[in-house]
This record gives sequence, C-alpha cells and structure tokens, in this order.
Amino acid sequence: MNIQGENKTQNRILSLLPLWIVIGIFMIGPLLVMAVVSLMESNVYGGVHFKFSLSGYRQILFDTNLFDEIEFNPAYLIIIARSFMLALAATFLSLLIGFPAAYFISRQSDRVKNILIFLVTIPFWTNLLIRTFAWIIILGKGGVIESSFNFFGLLDEESSLNLMYTNSAILIGLVYSYLPLMVLPIYASMEKMDLRLLEAATDLYSNRIELIRKIILPLSMPGIIGGSILVFVPCLGAFIAPDLLGGGKKLLLGSLIQFQFSYARNWPFGAAMAMFLLALVILVLIFNARLNRKHREYANQK
Amino acid sequence: MQTKNKKTKFRYVWNFPGFGGWTAIFFGFLYIPIFILVCYSFNSSKFAMIWTGFSFRWYAKLFSNDDIQTATINSFIVAFAAAPLATIIATFSALALVRGGEFRFREFSSGLITLPLMVPEIVTAVATLIFFASLGINLGLINVIIAHTVFCIPFAFMPIKAALEAMDPNLELAARDLYSDKTSTFKTITLPLLTPGILSGFMLAFVISIDDFIITLMVAGGGATTLPVYIYSMVKMGVSPEVNAVSSLMLAFSIFIVTLYWFFNRKINN
Repeated sequence: MNIQGENKTQNRILSLLPLWIVIGIFMIGPLLVMAVVSLMESNVYGGVHFKFSLSGYRQILFDTNLFDEIEFNPAYLIIIARSFMLALAATFLSLLIGFPAAYFISRQSDRVKNILIFLVTIPFWTNLLIRTFAWIIILGKGGVIESSFNFFGLLDEESSLNLMYTNSAILIGLVYSYLPLMVLPIYASMEKMDLRLLEAATDLYSNRIELIRKIILPLSMPGIIGGSILVFVPCLGAFIAPDLLGGGKKLLLGSLIQFQFSYARNWPFGAAMAMFLLALVILVLIFNARLNRKHREYANQK
Repeated sequence: MQTKNKKTKFRYVWNFPGFGGWTAIFFGFLYIPIFILVCYSFNSSKFAMIWTGFSFRWYAKLFSNDDIQTATINSFIVAFAAAPLATIIATFSALALVRGGEFRFREFSSGLITLPLMVPEIVTAVATLIFFASLGINLGLINVIIAHTVFCIPFAFMPIKAALEAMDPNLELAARDLYSDKTSTFKTITLPLLTPGILSGFMLAFVISIDDFIITLMVAGGGATTLPVYIYSMVKMGVSPEVNAVSSLMLAFSIFIVTLYWFFNRKINN
C-alpha cells in the first residue's frame, strides 16, 4: 500500500482546491450573504437598506398596522403549518405507496430487479417541472379526469370538479415528484434482508401480518427513515407543485420565498424565510444522523 | 415430494398477495401522466385538452419558434460548460478522497461535496440570486453556468467515486513496480480505467443541468433563459399543445441520456 504514502499532502490539497474554491465561494458564500441580508432592513424600492434590523424575522410572526403598532399576524404561520402538514402527508403517502412496491421489486430475479429499479429512477432524472404540469392536463378544467366523467355522463359540460388549486392537487404533485426517492432506500435495505428469517418465522407459525410487522418493517427501518427524509426535506421547500397545481393561491414555504424575490421584492423577509427553512432542514438532518447512529450502535451490539 | 412442497411453501412465504398488483399501480402512477402528456403533444387541436386527431403540427411549429430555439441553445451552452467543469472538479476530488488515505480535510471535503444536495433548492436559488446581485456580477449565461457547476458536482462525483473504489489498486502498484513513474502510471493505468466512471459522472451532471429549473429561474436574468424556464413561462400562460411538444422532446432527451448511462454502467459491471 505504498501508493497512499506517496501521495503527499500537497497533492491532495492541490486536487481538492478547485472543490474548495467553487463550493466555498459559490455555495457557502451565497448562504453567508443571505444570512447577512436577512438581518438588514428592507428598502421600499425592493432592495436592501444596509442597517441592522430583525424586521425580516419579526415579519414571520408580526405585522405593523396603520397606527404603527406591532400586531400578531398568523398568515405566515399558517403557510408554515400548511407546508409542514403537506410535507408530512406526502411522506406518509409515499411510504404507503412505495413500501409494497419496494418489497415486491426486491424479491424479483436480478435481471427483473435491475430493470424495475431503472424504471423507478427514470422519473428522477427527467424534468420535474414537466412531470408536474402533466398533472394539469389530468386534473385541470376539461382535463383527462373531467372529460372521462363527461363521457360516462357523470358530469355535465358546464360544471367542473374543481380538482386544481387545492391542497389535494398539491399533495398529488408532491407525492408524484418525490416517490422514487422513497422507494430507492427502502429497496436497498430490503435487498440485503436475510430471507431465511421469513422462513424461520413461518415455521414458527407466524402469519403474514406478523412477518411484515416483526421482520420486514424493523429490518427495512434504515431505508424507511432515509426515504422519509429524502421525501420530507424537498417537500418542505417545494416550489413547482404549489405554484403550478396550487395556482399560487395556496402558498407553501418554497413558493412564499420565491414570491418575495420575484414579485413582493422584500429581500430581507425572503432571506429570513429561507434561513428559517434551512434551519428546519438542518434540524431534520441532525435528527436523522442521531437515528442512524442509534441504529448502528444497536446493530453493533448484536 | 416433500422437498417440492417445501419449495412452494418458501416461495409462498416471500411473496405477499396483492403486492404485485400494487406495484403495477405504482408504475402506472409514475408513468401514466408522462404518457398522457406525450399523447396530447400529437393532438391536432389548438386546445390542449380537447382531442381532435393525430398530427405532428406542434412539433413542426417548434422549428419556427425562435424563442424556443434560443432557449434550447442556451440550455446546451450551460450544460456543455457546467457539466465538464463539475466533472473535472469531481474527478480530482474523488482521487484525493478515495486514494488519499486519511488526512485532515477529508471529512470537511466530503461534506462540501454533499452540501448542494442538503440545502433545499429554493434556498440555494435565492442565496445565489442575492449573492450575484449584491456583488453586482451580471454576466448573463456565465452566472447560470457557475450556479449549475455547483449543484452538478455531487452528481458527477458519485459514479466517479464508485468507479475508483471498485478499481484494484494493485494494478497501479504493479505498474510502479515495473518502473513506471507516477505520471505515466496515472496516464496509462488510472485514467483509462477511470474513464467509464468519469463519463457516467459527466452524463448525470449533464442531465441534471439540462433539467434544472428553480435555480435557473432565480439566477438567470433576461436573455439567459433556458428551456425549462421558457417552458415555465409558457405553462403560466396556459397549457398549449406546443408546450406539450417541447416537453415531450425534453423528456425523450433526458430518458435517452439516462438509458445510455444505464447500459454503459451495466457493461462496466459485467
């Protein structure tokens, strides 16, 4: 193993330097500038007034009324709560839809398995915007669902089911967007599962429900947790689904932040919201790291 | 007789009734919307939702739409600049991280690579917008290229790292034993063996760059519109068969590259 000894520190630093520069300047740099902007005062002309102020963060909870008094404003809190609920619901639905599929795929022959997993990953590599707006054709006024209702005489021409611009439409969009991210980690943990455990349990008179509850679920827990995080985190900051399927009426955190920069032009408030979202995500990731460590310790004890 | 019984019983144990059908519904859910979108792009009607007949009319119309062509060219310029940059950075980083043994900045550097995956896209988008605006950097497409390079790095890195880890270090040691110097070992052994991994990384970075929407939407100023941003502005004005046609082409392109990547990787693994 002399090769590692030959590689001098200088070489390593030289080959890592481009990474440090690019991510350091263009990823960490922007996050720091955003943190600074979130602590500034907003300028009526849509820019930033260079004066320290917590108004960006205060605006999340409070509003200034006509008499210059500060009063509690739950509007943004409602948006945060809605984002949370929809992200949770999307994660749960993805788990419900994805878990049996992941299990079924993991029990196929190697050849079939590879093809099916490839089919699961394809949507992930295609354009999310396009995949989401396909749902407008399905859910929209006069879309696929409404015209088939028309065809069977369940709905007359003039009326509409009003499927679009609802929380359910956003929810469908979110599940559709991130479902592959739930299936892949669950599949990975199921693939490694020792099938003899299922045989042994059956020999000991376990029924199917017990097999799932006592063997398959606990053994695929790392995958379930990993998949849930991979779905929950992007749902929390989603922009495309609430924008296209919620029609901008039902704002979520992601679309609220985007709105502050494209229309409202209140940068400090937008930056404060983005910092808030980032903090939430970091909390989720720390929670995940803790869970993973616990799982590893538990596995090592065995 | 008894063994046969046991066998069927075991197969019975692994398989749960209804899971197969559920998986079929799962794949239907994933693919039917895409299928419908593509079908409607061949609709001859001016109204996206009403089917009147099969036609290539909207595809033909794309070729006379200058805005779409400019946006497509922009998308390709960005992807052909950002993907190679990200791949080069990812290759050097992978070499240092996989072959460099234990050293001080190891954890820190791996953390830096995964950072773009951890931060929500909308946060990266907004932060990059503020960053460029407050520094007064307004270079049109170059801003977009820089932003794309950053988030393409982790995607280029993954296959390259995997290829390096799968490579037998003894091959390099053997070359060194036979009096090959470091540079020529790298050139004749490491690099050729790593090329499939590097190409895979490039393909993934390319697809990610071509498909990106949110970050481009925020970072791109006027004149730097890419195809997804243009499609967004079209969708906002109402779904038309023309949008379906461009979108179908984009989907086909991404699926083509990813399928290429898949066959390519399967060949390496065999």
